Amino acid sequence: MEGLKVSEADLLVYLHPSKSKNVSQAIYNELSSMLFKYNETFDGVLLAYSASTNDELAKILPGLHPCFGVRLKAQLLLFDPKPNMILEGKVVKLGAQSIHVVVLGFSSATIIDEDIREEFDYKVKHGKELFASSVNKRHKIEIETVVRFVVKSFDEETLHLSGSLLQPNTGNVNWLDKYAEEDLVESNTKKRRDYQTADHSKRTTDDDRFKKSKKHKSSHS
Amino acid sequence: MGAVGDDIGDVSDYELTHHVRQALKSVFEGDTDEYDQLIGNMHHTERLVPDEVAMLVTILRALSGAVSFIDIVHHRSLLSSICAMRFWNYGPDVMDALMELVVTLATSNGKYVDLCLDMLVSNFIPPFNFLEILKQPRGLAKKDQVLARVHAALKGIADLVPLAPSRLEQIVRERVPNVYAKEAQIVVYVENMLMLESGDMGEFVGNSMIFELMNRLIDLDVEIGWDEVLMDDPNNKGIFLMELEDLARTDETEMDMDEPQIEYTGRKVLWGNVVAQKLDTLMELAFDHLQSCFKNGRLPQVFEALLQSFQSTVLNAYKSKFAQFVMFYACSLDPEDCGTQFVSRLLEIFKSTVYPQDWRMSAVAYLASYLSRAKFLSTSYVTIILESLVDWCYKYSKNQSGEINLKNHRVFYAACQALMYVLCFRMRSILATPRLKSQLVNMPLEKIFKHALNPLEVCLPSIVEEFLRQAKAAHLFTVSYGAFLFEHLFESELSRAFGGFQRLDVFFPFDPYLLKKSDRFIRPNFIYWSMVRTTYDDDEDDDDDDDDDDVEDDEFDMNLSKMSITPKDSFMFGNLQDRKMQMPSRIRPSTSPESL
Repeated sequence: MEGLKVSEADLLVYLHPSKSKNVSQAIYNELSSMLFKYNETFDGVLLAYSASTNDELAKILPGLHPCFGVRLKAQLLLFDPKPNMILEGKVVKLGAQSIHVVVLGFSSATIIDEDIREEFDYKVKHGKELFASSVNKRHKIEIETVVRFVVKSFDEETLHLSGSLLQPNTGNVNWLDKYAEEDLVESNTKKRRDYQTADHSKRTTDDDRFKKSKKHKSSHS
Repeated sequence: MGAVGDDIGDVSDYELTHHVRQALKSVFEGDTDEYDQLIGNMHHTERLVPDEVAMLVTILRALSGAVSFIDIVHHRSLLSSICAMRFWNYGPDVMDALMELVVTLATSNGKYVDLCLDMLVSNFIPPFNFLEILKQPRGLAKKDQVLARVHAALKGIADLVPLAPSRLEQIVRERVPNVYAKEAQIVVYVENMLMLESGDMGEFVGNSMIFELMNRLIDLDVEIGWDEVLMDDPNNKGIFLMELEDLARTDETEMDMDEPQIEYTGRKVLWGNVVAQKLDTLMELAFDHLQSCFKNGRLPQVFEALLQSFQSTVLNAYKSKFAQFVMFYACSLDPEDCGTQFVSRLLEIFKSTVYPQDWRMSAVAYLASYLSRAKFLSTSYVTIILESLVDWCYKYSKNQSGEINLKNHRVFYAACQALMYVLCFRMRSILATPRLKSQLVNMPLEKIFKHALNPLEVCLPSIVEEFLRQAKAAHLFTVSYGAFLFEHLFESELSRAFGGFQRLDVFFPFDPYLLKKSDRFIRPNFIYWSMVRTTYDDDEDDDDDDDDDDVEDDEFDMNLSKMSITPKDSFMFGNLQDRKMQMPSRIRPSTSPESL
C-alpha cells in the first residue's frame, strides 16, 4: 500500500496565554485538532503524531492576545494518496453499480462500475452480492474483502477517494498475494525456460565475443 | 397498478438505469429534455395517485443506480430537487426509495456527504401542516415511519463514510431550532438528537448531542427572566421570602391577584409562559432519556458528558433555574456513581485556585443545595462532605487575620453560607446518630464563625438566623449565643453588598422545581423545606413527615400547614417578623409556570 509517509517536522505552535498552565496538553490539543484533516502545509492528512519540545523558552508575540510560540520537533504520520497510487481497503458495500471501500478505517472510496475491469462480473450467490472474475474462478470480491485498487482522484476536503480496478494488479488482496504470485512465478519460470532455449545461441555468441574481447585486451597487455 | 406501472414492469432495472444515465449524460451535451422530464416527475408531492407513486419510486431507484453520473454543477437542479424532498410527504415505498438514493448519493462522492446529511437532518422536523397532527396516533405512526428511515439512512452513510458522523454532529448543531421556534419543532428535533445519542452512532456523536441538549436547556432557561420587579425593589430582601412549595400550591386565581404580577405586561408573561412550557417538555424528554439510559446501563457514560457540559455551560450560567435539575435527576438515579462524581467535581472546582472565584462560589452553592435537597443522600455521606468543607474553611480562616473584606474573601463567605445552609437542612438528622453527632461537634465550626472575617455578618441573614436558631436548640456551640447576636442582622449593608442581587449569595440552584410536567421526576427525590425536621421542632410532628415518596397533594398541603414556617400571607413581601422565620427557598422567576 502506498500513500503513507512519515515526516519530520519543525513546528511552531502558537498558544493562547490561558493555556500556559499546561503547555504540553495544549500542544497535544492543538495537534489533535488537525487529525484526520487534510493539511496543505503537511501535504497530507495527519493520522498520528509524536511531538517533543526541545526548548523551554517560548517566544511571546506582541498583540492584543500575547500568544506564545512553542517550538516543536514532531514526527507526523501522513496519508497523501496521489492518482495512480495503489491503496488497500475493506469493502463495506457492494452493488451492481459500485463498490464502496473504507481505507485505513476513515477514508471512504468508491469504485464505480465503469472503473471495474471487464473480467469482473456482478453476481448474487446465495443472497450475497459479489464480483467474481471470469478469468480466475477463485478471484472474488465480496463484502469484508480487502481490495487493492488504483487511486483515480482524492478529494482533500472530504477525504473521499475514487478508485479503479482496471489494472491487472488490482483486486482481492488475498488472492493477489497468494495465487497471483503463484501464477506469476509459474509464468515467469515458463517464460524463462522459453527465453533460455530460444536465446541460447545468441547468448553464447555474446559470451564468445566477451571472451574474445578479453583475450584481445589481455593480448594487448 | 396503472399504465405507467405496467410499462415499467416490462423494462428491466438495467435498462431503466441506462436510460437515466443517458438522460444525465445528455445534459453535458446541452440536451436537457429528458433530464427536465425526470425532474418534473419528482416534483409531485400532493396526493399522489398510485401511478405517480410507482413512477416516483422507479425514478428514484434508477437514479440510485446512476449516481456516479450526477455532476454537482451540471445537475444542480436535480440535486436541489432531491434535497427538497421531504420524507413526511410520501408513503413507505417512496420513502424507502428516497432513503436508498440519499445513501448512495452521499457515498458516491465526498462532495455530496454534507448535502445528504443536511437533507436528512432537515427531515427531523416535520413540515408545518404535520405539526398539528403530530400528537395524534396518525401523526405518531408517520413520525415513527419517517424517523426510522432517516436514522437508518444516517447510519447507512456513516457505515460507508467513516468520517460522516463528525460532519453530522456539526450539521445537527447548526440546525437546532432556536428558542423562538414552535414547541413541537424543538421537541421533535431534540427527540431526534436523543435518538442519535442512544443509537449506533452514539459513540461518535453522543457527547455533542448531550452538550447541545444542555445548551438548549440553558438557552430556554435564561429566557425565563428572574423577577425584575423584585430585583429593582430597594427592599430587595423580599425576594428571599418565598416558600415556593407554598406558591406551587396556591391556586391560580390567587396568583393573579399578586402584586408583582400586575406589574407585568401581558405579553411578557405570555412569553415567559411559552418558554417555560417548552423547557418543561424538553426537561421531561431529558429525564426520560436519562431514565432509559439508566435502564440500559449507559448512564455512567452519558453522565460523563453531562458533567462536562454542566461545568462548561450550566455552572457559570448566571443563576440558571431549571437546567441543572438534569444533573440532580441523573444523580438521583445513581447516587453511588454519578452522585459521587458530581460532588467530587464540585468540591474540586471549589477548592482549586485554577478556576475563577465566581465559578468556585457557584460550585459551592451547587454543592450546598445538592447536599440539602437530595433525599437519596445518606446523612453520613453529607457529614463527610461537610467535614471537608469545614476543613477548608478552617484552614482558610486560620491563615487570614484581616477584617471583613467582601471582595477578597468571597469564596470563603460562600463556603460558610453553604455550611450553614446544609446544616439548616441536615442538623437534626446528623445529631440523631451518635457517631455523626460527635463528628459534627468536633468540627471547628465555632472558630470559623467567630473568626475576624465574621462570616455570620456577611452571609444571608435568613440563613444565619435559621442556623443559629437550630444550633442553639441543639446546643451545638459551647459559648453563649449572645456572642453571635447581631444588632443589624436584617439590615446589614454587608450582607447586601456581598451578593446583593448580583451574585451567588441568594443562589440555591436546587430550590423547589417549578416546571409542572417534569416535576414528577424530581419530586420523589426532593427534600422540601417543609419536610425538614429542625432541631427546635416539636417531636409531635415527627410522625407526620416521614418522607414518603410521592406525597399526595392533599397530604402535602396538610404537611405544609403543620410544618410550614412560612405564613401563607407572606409570599412576596411579608412583614419583618415573618421573614425571620423563613428559609430562603427560591427566588421566583418572573413568570413561573404555575401561572400558566
